[in-house]
Amino acid sequence: MNHNHPVFTDNDPQSELVTLNLGPTHPATHGVFQNVLQLDGERIVSGVSTIGYIHRAFEKIAEHRPFYQITPLTDRLNYCSSPINNMGWHMTVEKLLNIQMPKRVDYLRVIIMELSRIADHIICNTIIGQDTGATTTFLYLFQFREHIYEIFEEVCGARLTTNIGRIGGFERDFNDIAFAKIDKFLKEFPKALKEFENLLTRNRIFIDRTAGVAEVTKETALEYSWTGPLLRATGVDYDVRVSDPYSSYQDFDFEVPVGTSGDIYDRYLVRNEEMWQSLRIVEQALVKLKTEPKGIFHADVPEFYLPPKQEVYNNMEALIYHFKIVMGEIDAPKAEVYHAVEGGNGELGFYLINDGGRTPYRLHFRRPSFINYQMFAPMSEGMLLSDAIINMSSMNIIAGELDA
Amino acid sequence: MEETTLNNDIHVKLTEKFGEKVTAISEPYGLLTFVTYKDVIINVLSFLKNDLSFNFLTDITAVHYPGKDHGIAVVYHLHNMVGKVRIRIKVFISEQNPTIPTATTIWKGANWMERETYDLFGVKFEGHPDLRRILNMDDLGVHPMLKQYPLEDPNRVDKKDEFFGR
Repeated sequence: MNHNHPVFTDNDPQSELVTLNLGPTHPATHGVFQNVLQLDGERIVSGVSTIGYIHRAFEKIAEHRPFYQITPLTDRLNYCSSPINNMGWHMTVEKLLNIQMPKRVDYLRVIIMELSRIADHIICNTIIGQDTGATTTFLYLFQFREHIYEIFEEVCGARLTTNIGRIGGFERDFNDIAFAKIDKFLKEFPKALKEFENLLTRNRIFIDRTAGVAEVTKETALEYSWTGPLLRATGVDYDVRVSDPYSSYQDFDFEVPVGTSGDIYDRYLVRNEEMWQSLRIVEQALVKLKTEPKGIFHADVPEFYLPPKQEVYNNMEALIYHFKIVMGEIDAPKAEVYHAVEGGNGELGFYLINDGGRTPYRLHFRRPSFINYQMFAPMSEGMLLSDAIINMSSMNIIAGELDA
Repeated sequence: MEETTLNNDIHVKLTEKFGEKVTAISEPYGLLTFVTYKDVIINVLSFLKNDLSFNFLTDITAVHYPGKDHGIAVVYHLHNMVGKVRIRIKVFISEQNPTIPTATTIWKGANWMERETYDLFGVKFEGHPDLRRILNMDDLGVHPMLKQYPLEDPNRVDKKDEFFGR
């Protein structure tokens, strides 16, 4: 085996530097990836990141699958907020096919996407707390991620790899239990989030560990193509939901929180504020839903929308469309399309080239974690090892999104 | 409407500056797309960045068109965050000798995007500071996103274990 991984070959016995392998599987790395760090005491002198340990060839597989079968692949990108990925993919195909969604579907999608954004940010922020020594926050707020997963379970039957939605809408309407659970969540979560903020935001230890650590300037962040909360923490007001509104985000009233210094504390604050804004959006969406006619959960596009199984058994048309869709005989236009959504970590882009066949000719995922993470090693230089660990959790690196 | 005028504006400025070197301009789904050549790609990118304020490199990837004269297209997506305009640039390069100048001189963030493109398609970015594989194992020997490598079929008996480290 010829591995030309960069390994520091500093065999000088007089040298005081220590080489530390942080990862591939280390409790402090939130996933399988390696950082070879050279340490002077506790200070990092230089580092090299190695990724690709769970590379699953999504793009190659996607080139061999009909559109419908690509949704499960997108689940497994950022598995902390998979509905956003699902719907990003569905919206890409809808853009390709020029399908217009009914408003009710848009609002339902917005509700699910914002809930998953909250779930994603809960994980990240509580883990920052955990890494600075505050396990309480993690244990306390984490149950609300469970509540969100219960909502997903009610909507689609799965918790983690959701596969929510279809091209053209949803598989089925949200039932009353799902709405009741959403209401319950909206009632209970703000109180918990407030308490979580009380525990951390003004906490002396937390501020000492995070404020002024791993500061990134606007220019550097843009230079490295950062997106999402990391970019906004540096002070750049960029959110795909606002700059390139998809689904029905233009109908909602919300703010994009931005930080000033781009340090870990700002990233934490930005994520927290985003959770409040997501709650606002969900509340507005629920109000708007009341005026939309019930029972519409997909667009009227039988040639693209996978019909419910019950109809397939009883309705000849549905059977034919089902067969055509499953066998990949969708007549999609020859085109190329780029569609971006604001994932939990930033701009999640789908670049799809279709040549009119059964499968995409080429599908490329622009994965925010992959692009954000390349700055980890350069920015760690000169940092304390313990700070680098908090820095890593504040970047919210999801291994599935890193490798794809 | 606004988008179209912006795109026209960019189109005019690009053709003024680069003339024949910028071709095949189209707007699929409102996204301005054009084709350019590898001898001017760095000039085009820095012109877009510095003069037309496309400050943000969204993505770099490639597409393989086997059997064509220029078998690999390197695709750049740029974004002007202030004007809220996106743009796509394609460079067709030869499959036998897939080289193109690196964009890391313009954006440092191009580093991993180019490494990924090299890993999956074998596109050699000239002047890249650290062009190594990033997702696959180092001694894979092939660039797996090229179309001549089909997806592994579990029922096949002739699959080559050496590709999978077995």
